[in-house]
Amino acid sequence: MGKTKWLSRLKVLLTAAMTMVLLSGCSDKFIVLDPKGPVAETQQKLIIISVILCAIVVIPVLALLAFIVYRYRDTPDNKSPYKPDWHDSKLLETIWWGIPIIIIGILGAYTVRDTYALAKPKVAADTKPLVIQVTSLDWKWLFTYPDQKIATVNYVQIPAGVPVHFQMTSDAPMNSFWVPQLGGQAYTMPGMAMQLWLQADQPGEYYGTGANFSGKEFAHMRFQVEAKPQAEFNEWAKGIASGPNAALTKEGYQELAKPGSVEKPVFYSSYPPELFDEIVDKNGGSYMEHGGNPHKAGEPEAGKSEGTTGGGSNHDMSHMNMGK
Amino acid sequence: MLDKIKDFASTFFVTGDPLIYGADVSIALTMIAILFVLTYYKKWGWLWKEWLTTVDHKKIGIMYLISSLLMLFRGGVDALLMRAQLALPNVEFLNAEHYNAVFTTHGTIMILFMAMPMMFALFNMVVPLQLGARDVAYPFLNALSFWLFFMGAMLFNLSFVIGGSPDAGWLSYPPLSEMSSSPGVGQNFYIWGIQISGIGSLATGINFMVTILKMRAPGMKMMKMPLFSWSVLSSCVMIIFAFPILTVTLALLFLDRFLGAHFFTLDGGGNPMMYVNLIWMWGHPEVYIVVIPAFGIFSEIVSVFSKKKVFGYKSMVFSMMLISVLSFFTWVHHFFTMGAGADVNAFFAISTMAIGIPTGVKVFNWLFTMFRGRIQMKQPMLWTLAFIPCFVVGGATGVMLAVAPADYQYHNSYFLIAHFHQVLIGGVVFGYLAGIYYWWPKLFGFKLDERLGKWAFWLWNIGFYLCFMPQYALGFMGMTRRVYTYGWDMGWAPYNIVSTVGAFMMGIGFIFQVWQISYSIKKGDRDLTGDTWGGRTLEWSIPSPPPVYNFAVVPEVKEQDAWWDMKEKGLDKIRPDHYEPIHMPKNSSIPFIMSVFWFVAGFGFVFGWMWMAVPGMIGVFGCLIARSFSYDTDYYIPAEEVRETELALRGNV
Ligand code: HEM
Ligand SMILES: [Cu+2]
Ligand SMILES: [Cu+2]
Repeated sequence: MGKTKWLSRLKVLLTAAMTMVLLSGCSDKFIVLDPKGPVAETQQKLIIISVILCAIVVIPVLALLAFIVYRYRDTPDNKSPYKPDWHDSKLLETIWWGIPIIIIGILGAYTVRDTYALAKPKVAADTKPLVIQVTSLDWKWLFTYPDQKIATVNYVQIPAGVPVHFQMTSDAPMNSFWVPQLGGQAYTMPGMAMQLWLQADQPGEYYGTGANFSGKEFAHMRFQVEAKPQAEFNEWAKGIASGPNAALTKEGYQELAKPGSVEKPVFYSSYPPELFDEIVDKNGGSYMEHGGNPHKAGEPEAGKSEGTTGGGSNHDMSHMNMGK
Repeated sequence: MLDKIKDFASTFFVTGDPLIYGADVSIALTMIAILFVLTYYKKWGWLWKEWLTTVDHKKIGIMYLISSLLMLFRGGVDALLMRAQLALPNVEFLNAEHYNAVFTTHGTIMILFMAMPMMFALFNMVVPLQLGARDVAYPFLNALSFWLFFMGAMLFNLSFVIGGSPDAGWLSYPPLSEMSSSPGVGQNFYIWGIQISGIGSLATGINFMVTILKMRAPGMKMMKMPLFSWSVLSSCVMIIFAFPILTVTLALLFLDRFLGAHFFTLDGGGNPMMYVNLIWMWGHPEVYIVVIPAFGIFSEIVSVFSKKKVFGYKSMVFSMMLISVLSFFTWVHHFFTMGAGADVNAFFAISTMAIGIPTGVKVFNWLFTMFRGRIQMKQPMLWTLAFIPCFVVGGATGVMLAVAPADYQYHNSYFLIAHFHQVLIGGVVFGYLAGIYYWWPKLFGFKLDERLGKWAFWLWNIGFYLCFMPQYALGFMGMTRRVYTYGWDMGWAPYNIVSTVGAFMMGIGFIFQVWQISYSIKKGDRDLTGDTWGGRTLEWSIPSPPPVYNFAVVPEVKEQDAWWDMKEKGLDKIRPDHYEPIHMPKNSSIPFIMSVFWFVAGFGFVFGWMWMAVPGMIGVFGCLIARSFSYDTDYYIPAEEVRETELALRGNV
């Protein structure tokens, strides 16, 4: 019959397409699965664990489905048993309530372990984390380095092997700061200072992007992350500060914050030191500390740029008035 | 003066885009065609008497069905536009603004104006028949619900050609959706379109809950009720708890926009995170609201087409109820990355995974319903079989997403897009299509053509996997959702082109279904027995299409599969020797008129025109008062007429 032939051809085509997709996957394009830092590594391991645990249920179910449909079709010469009234079995039901419970139990344990592990970074006593402040704008990323006193747009350089403490906010609609190879994302929100800890193990170039839709030119909100050995990083920071780059002034910031995207990275030799806090404060000003309550600007504990809090990317939800 | 008018017209009507001119022309042509046909065939009276004022749940079901298919078409065209834009890097087919409007309307329409009404179509077409009831608990309210949904949907759709579409995403997070970032009327259309239809949805939830609790035929204990009705009950319970949250959330957003309140902006003491919490407290249950009835549908179909009693009935009921409770405790998994802290994230990760357990149990129960049965590969069963692997894999990726730290890598990426389309298309769309194929002969009296149906089936299925499997890979490659374009640099192009090909195959599948329906209207197998598939539940005990009053004599229920039981005992051939007059609700024009007033008011609010909104609201209250003074709302069908109708339908009284 012509129809079945056509269908089987389609199936061949489908298989071919899928194989192509899978094979080409062996390259390094799958950046989420190609971690270059401890945070991303933990996440990749979790992804693999979850795939395996899910497969323990999914594969038998699919096999069972294929078998049952094959065996019990309604054909006149089907000799397999037919039990129209059989509809209950305590044993079977116990098995399939039990297995998923066990699997979810195991996966849940791993999940909880790593959720807590990633909330607080492991910082060795002798390393000093680098603080970088991130502001998502309409439609570009501003990075300010409080210790190096320089600023960049759509480009971040970090020292390899050093934990980086990103403090994040937004002076535009919410966005999400995401560098897949270094670890997951976190939201940037106007009026709030969020925390995210990332680290690159080796020097290299990594892709960074905004992940939460924020309006018209959202698609262009990409940035480049470059990890360099500490010495080279120091060199670079000095070079930016003393080089021919302009300084970012308050007026310059007003200009930069206007809607529009930025094609090439921009570097500033300096910026108004209180800029980040001013951005947070003018939009409402709450600072998210580890496990604690958000602080309003002006309160003594307010998470200023020293970055000594050692907090994770977590803040309490008590300020959210969850409407319960 | 002329300048002023020109000025107004150029902001009022959306212009400057060939797609929109195309839409203008097609809207105008469709209107003219409808007006012409109705006038030429003198059908205005018929339309008014038989449809616009009807309170018959079957007709309301059919109207829901037609509207939801139209919305599936509109949402589908949006999807294809997006996939065309994303097929290759640097394509300039849609610009950023247009793309943003398209994904926003696509998401909103698919969930609220396609999935919800298609679900209500099935509620209306099936539930009273399954329960052995003559109508729903509140027939007047039922009609009102439909017209509110319809007017809300029309208001939302109008935004494409008048004033401009919303473009802040289907959940419209502030501050993007606030006046500061979205000054146009698009967001207002979003708020009022959803708000008006949402009132209708809430009313439907209440109506069907009461129907199921109060209107069951004598002898039908809760634990003898068909599983589809159970799934409807579970869905209605969720609607009743979830929709008020949506109403309040949107109302607050409107106050922010309209009166400059600050509920959701930090400057002024509000909090955008409160919005995100609130909208997902509705949004997460919402996805279960639409998928649970699909579970009910599959339970019915698997049993009928395996010629076997459903396996583990109690387990099925328990797991559905468990899901509807748990679904209210998982909402935070939509924003693990908002920095809520390890405690909160760990709790919501576990609660989300926990939902996987009762869901998995249902799959095993379906499998073992088929086990030792006799599986018939008819259309409803085909879709059910396709659903199982699709939903199992989609469910597994859902569990993966629930792993909070891993979600930091999936969130807002194409991995997520692939996951939710897999459960929404594989679960909800396949499920409702299965239900429509299954109950179509009951409502219309003829079957949908099998051959064309198979074509549609394979196109949808192959297209589905081609479209969405590559998107899991794209997620791992760092492609984020809602980007309207991308460069060659990331190596995303081959995956995207495969995905677009798959999307268009599904589009062709839809065209086959339209063809299938129009072909079957003329040539489909007529069904004269009323029991097309060898059914097990009460709806198959009456003629197809059913008479207005459904059951000439209310059936007495003894067993879980009541109709199967009657057939086994030979009771199905017995005809009553006498009939009683049947009490029925009268048609009413108030639901339709009141909804038109809602539309007028909504349109006024969208543009901030009080001269229009206020009379609209007055009209709404006027209708309420008019209804409370109408006493003549029901009538009796004489016994003689019932006898004659039954004689004509059954031929052997
Ligand atoms: C028929 C095939 C479908 C295709 C090809 C398709 C395609 C798409 C695409 C390309 C996007 C936008 C992705 C992005 O840029 O972020 C999208 C978003 C979405 N789709 Fe679909 N879709 C389909 C069916 C459905 C169905 C049946 C539903 C629901 C029942 C649905 C619900 C959504 C939602 C909620 C969004 C998110 C919108 C937003 O981001 O605001 N889609 N879809
Ligand atoms: Cu916050
Ligand atoms: Cu959810």
